[in-house]
Amino acid sequence: MAVTFSLPTVLARLTDGQATIQASGTTLGDVVSEIAGRFPRLAPRLRDEAGGPYPFVTFYLNDEDIRFRDGFATPVREGDEITVVAAIAGG
Amino acid sequence: MTITLDLPSIALGKPAASSGRDLRVLPLVCKLCHTTYPGTASATCEECLGPLEPVYPAGRALPSAAQIGARSPSLWRYREWLPFEGTPVHSLDSGFTPLLESPSLARLLRVARVWVKNDAVSHPSLSFKDRVVATALNAAHALGLDTVGCASTGNLANAVAAQAARAGLPAWIFIPHDLEPAKVVGTLVYHPHLVRVRGNYDDVNRLCSQVADRFGWGLVNINLRGYYGEGSKTMAFEIAEQLGWRLPSAVVAPMAGGSLLTKLEKGFREFAEAGLVSGQAPRLYGTQAQGCAPIVNLVKRGGEAVEPVIPRTIARSLAIGNPADGRFAARAIRDTGGWVAGVSDEDLLTGIRLLAESTGVFTETAGGVTVAGALALAEAGRFRSDDEVVLCITGNGLKTADALEGTLPAAPIINPKIRELEALHGRDL
Repeated sequence: MAVTFSLPTVLARLTDGQATIQASGTTLGDVVSEIAGRFPRLAPRLRDEAGGPYPFVTFYLNDEDIRFRDGFATPVREGDEITVVAAIAGG
Repeated sequence: MTITLDLPSIALGKPAASSGRDLRVLPLVCKLCHTTYPGTASATCEECLGPLEPVYPAGRALPSAAQIGARSPSLWRYREWLPFEGTPVHSLDSGFTPLLESPSLARLLRVARVWVKNDAVSHPSLSFKDRVVATALNAAHALGLDTVGCASTGNLANAVAAQAARAGLPAWIFIPHDLEPAKVVGTLVYHPHLVRVRGNYDDVNRLCSQVADRFGWGLVNINLRGYYGEGSKTMAFEIAEQLGWRLPSAVVAPMAGGSLLTKLEKGFREFAEAGLVSGQAPRLYGTQAQGCAPIVNLVKRGGEAVEPVIPRTIARSLAIGNPADGRFAARAIRDTGGWVAGVSDEDLLTGIRLLAESTGVFTETAGGVTVAGALALAEAGRFRSDDEVVLCITGNGLKTADALEGTLPAAPIINPKIRELEALHGRDL
């Protein structure tokens, strides 16, 4: 499944300045793995040592926080948009 | 009333970042991995994506209690603990709200004394958000940002709109589309660019993270968050000073993103480190509505990771399902020996009425959560009989008056005849 993966500027410096990346996979975890393989410097910013997301990195599949779904095991569909947001503010 | 800043300048050391103005922001450090950065409009660590906070120069000159007491009654009287070098230019009159003693609440909570820190009358926009916006707008000035904004549940929208209007700065303000009418009017009146976003606060926040990235504006609680949050410490400073340079034994505060709890802990600690107060740090108690209680859940469950929730409560100003500072708030509560309380919407409405009837303070729904939470904590035996408790009331009841609709007795209507009043009163006057 081809999907669009969007990064904040603070991470785009690790992808040669690309804030939007085309990627593929059947789950969000697959997509993250593919991108981590293409951009090794970005890899440790997307996943912790156990292979999961960090507390301060939120992944949205289209408009939904993946913590309300199945995390990295959430299936993706053709044309989905994945957005990575760092340290969401509050208050 | 004209408020002036009565000392010419803050001199804390070498400037961290400069826009050519006589005001500079301090450098930043990551709270997680401790990587340092020069002062900048970013709140995110490039190494671990953790949150950034200001670094204060070690060994800087600090004022005595007497010197602070002689300064103008605003939050800038504590300027050595705010993240700047140089002279602030915006919002010089915010802060220094009343601390009211409430014997009635002390009896209800079965403690020695209770005070209400009354930010319902904060200047200029009637909530504690005036404190954080005052520091954020000065950070925007120091960094040369000519447009400001925020993601807001209402109070922050009011504060940014009011203070940006006075500063002459364009403001872009983003709110959930279904916010309380009074908070929408209380923002629009200042003529900012107000954008209502379909979704809840967490959806608005996500959009604003991308807006800050794309447009380079100073979004006060996003890319200026490191400087913004420090303004909340002044609530702790004021409590200590207004109690006669001493600490209460317990403080109860509402939680949305969780930042206020962390900054109360930091503020009390900084005053103790400066030798301005002594004794045990106050136990910090956090309250949320049961319909949006991710930090209450975290404290009760233990661990470090917040599990986000979808908010379902009338306490809209606390309706943040994904609180950025949740883990740090939970840590402050645990480390000080405090606890948490989640209250129903029905109970928070009772809390609003109780505060009004007992203390003469009309608070919004968040304040109702604080009062109802304090009652729940007392009922659970969390307070001691010799406790001195401060309740942080963070917003004004006129902003959420619609929440009380149908809960108050109807006022009778009479003709202008004394006999009708006598009949109403039930006896001759």
